[in-house]
Amino acid sequence: MTLRIFVPRDAAAVACGADEVATALGAAAKKAGVQVQIVRNGSRGMLWLEPLVEIEREGVRYGFGPVAPSDVESLVKAGILQGKPVDQIKHPLSIGVVDDHPYLKRQTRLTFARCGITDPVSLEDYRAHDGYKGLERALAMKPIEIVDEVAKSGLRGRGGAGFPTGIKWKTVHDTPMGQQKYIVCNADEGDSGTFADRMIMEGDPFLLVEGMTIAGIAVGATRGYIYLRSEYPHAAIALNAAIDAAKAAGYLGSSVAGSQHAFELEVRIGAGAYVCGEETSLLESLEGRRGLVRAKPPLPAHKGLFGQPTVINNVLSLCAVPFVLAEGAKAYADYGMGRSRGTMPIQLAGNLKFGGLFETAFGITLGELVDDIGGGTLSGRPVKAVQVGGPLGAYFPRGLFDTPFDYEAFAARDGLIGHAGIVVFDETANMAKMARFAFEFCSVESCGKCTPCRIGSTRGRETMDKVMAGVDTAANLAVIEDLCNTMKFGSLCALGGFTPYPVMSALTHFPEDFGRPGKKLAEAAE
Amino acid sequence: MSRFEPWSEERTVEIVADHKGLEGPLMPILHALQEAFGHVPEEATPVLARELNLSRAEVHGVITFYHDFRHQLPGKHILKLCRAEACQSMGCEKLVERAESRLGVECGNTTPDGRVTFEAVYCLGLCATAPSAMIDGRIVGRVDANRLDQLLKEAQS
Ligand SMILES: Cc1cc2nc3c(=O)[nH]c(=O)nc-3n(C[C@H](O)[C@H](O)[C@H](O)COP(=O)(O)O)c2cc1C
Ligand code: SF4
Ligand code: FES
Ligand code: FES
Repeated sequence: MTLRIFVPRDAAAVACGADEVATALGAAAKKAGVQVQIVRNGSRGMLWLEPLVEIEREGVRYGFGPVAPSDVESLVKAGILQGKPVDQIKHPLSIGVVDDHPYLKRQTRLTFARCGITDPVSLEDYRAHDGYKGLERALAMKPIEIVDEVAKSGLRGRGGAGFPTGIKWKTVHDTPMGQQKYIVCNADEGDSGTFADRMIMEGDPFLLVEGMTIAGIAVGATRGYIYLRSEYPHAAIALNAAIDAAKAAGYLGSSVAGSQHAFELEVRIGAGAYVCGEETSLLESLEGRRGLVRAKPPLPAHKGLFGQPTVINNVLSLCAVPFVLAEGAKAYADYGMGRSRGTMPIQLAGNLKFGGLFETAFGITLGELVDDIGGGTLSGRPVKAVQVGGPLGAYFPRGLFDTPFDYEAFAARDGLIGHAGIVVFDETANMAKMARFAFEFCSVESCGKCTPCRIGSTRGRETMDKVMAGVDTAANLAVIEDLCNTMKFGSLCALGGFTPYPVMSALTHFPEDFGRPGKKLAEAAE
Repeated sequence: MSRFEPWSEERTVEIVADHKGLEGPLMPILHALQEAFGHVPEEATPVLARELNLSRAEVHGVITFYHDFRHQLPGKHILKLCRAEACQSMGCEKLVERAESRLGVECGNTTPDGRVTFEAVYCLGLCATAPSAMIDGRIVGRVDANRLDQLLKEAQS
């Protein structure tokens, strides 16, 4: 039998040498005269182990990582190509049975169930691992029943705002039939510290195709677009391969899986504008215009792409749908806490020992994620601050590590979970600098439509320069606070409106970095 | 020798024609132009306006809104370093300084010999294997001073 060896195609693995490792393994096998099949799987999400090479013995997979091309020789010597029983393969990079790794064992993988296991671009593999079961069930239901099922699951938008997906779908479902409606997938994933959309698109692209197809059937939309950021070329390749295969097999096109429903899907590439992740800016961009944010109403659900009723959802929202349909709303809603139902693919990033993707039910605390699962900083220095939710998210000090991962709990502490990216900083971080960066980022990425954001962010950056130079600190910090208030309440969208989160949280929790004396609130609360 | 073809009106018209059947064709067209010519030159604006029945101001507005579209030819190699938060937490700013001093230009510029365009990028989605870089479209993770020096050497070749 041909041996199967797995070397991820995930961009994070490739960036750390996976392509070279795959080539070296292929060459070594050829030299040894051994038949091997090298499967370019998605990533398991244990990114500190990438490239993670896996071998298979009697259906069980064993891992080695992180493998550099120069390690291939010793791996071959240890016997990975010989079909040797695994307990006889001794290698310092061995991590044993991959599925038994505590990092994976502790997760609840509903959305990422297949990621890293299957060949991402094989429709056959997708179907063999429960793929298209959600669609099958959806096709046996009335559209409104599909919408109800999604509503009952409690699924909330994973793009950041946490808006109930079922309500959004219902609105589009209820617009008159007989007009063009659209499903748009927001794959702009611009937040630093986030990569779950990328990983699932590269590691299980059919899942997104299936989710969007179900959405189309539910609301009566026959066309879909995936708006993908240009920084993700590997995801574009995987998605296009999946779309082509789905088309060829009749899962996309004029009759989806033999039904009377039609659904066409196309990938469109963004052009490096962060604000185009905002849904109305994204629609403008898809239409071929400057990504200026639109005033709401009208909602995209009523007047979206080309003025037509449009569902716009994040990648992870759409990727949660096949499970909800296949296993039922209750199976999904049984996980979670409060009004945050189901699981969240959390991304652990930055200065962390065990960075990666960790899908788990809502309710886990920030401290567990950072210290326990993430293993603390990679540098070995104490954690100083953790930014949750991307560049518009707040910085949390250790004193707030008991905050459970839940939309409302984070909001209650002047933060947000956003797209669930967590970026860890060690004690060398200067929080005044981070506050300055937040203003600068906003000024570079502002769409320019409203003054608080366009002008406020530039003034904020300039004022932070003065603060950092020690000029009139008290007066200038008062200006910063005032500016943040104006931006928060006077901005049209969350770019201007939420930039105050990182700024004010940095100032509140780390006043000494700004040259402002005073006790740290968080520590006082401990 | 440039790896891009020189701009021409005929090729521009051809590229527009290839995409005219799409809904909202302008962004795919701009990407295709940049791929062919390495940038979207000013001369393209009136041609696009005419072919797509838009005003020149509209076309110009779109081209200038997006960070990706270049108005000038880039250097022979393009080196990008991520400067977003996760990469900052792993010391990317030190790498930026190092690259600036080795290249003799500030981030956002092309070296006078036209070999290297050095730019910032804000997140490549490789934030758990930071700091991250991209050289001529190839992504690189876990960049340290050593790896940066290799990349610089490659870029300056
Ligand atoms: C500046 C800005 C950037 C955003 N970036 C993204 C993004 O990259 N991906 C995303 O899904 N949502 C992003 N959003 C949120 C979207 O506007 C919108 O809420 C989301 O696409 C809705 O989908 P969901 O309900 O499935 O979350 C952004 C919002 C703002 C204000
Ligand atoms: S807040 Fe900023 S990005 Fe948002 S609409 Fe206003 S100017 Fe545009
Ligand atoms: S300008 Fe509108 S939110 Fe910033
Ligand atoms: S912040 Fe640098 S890759 Fe995400």
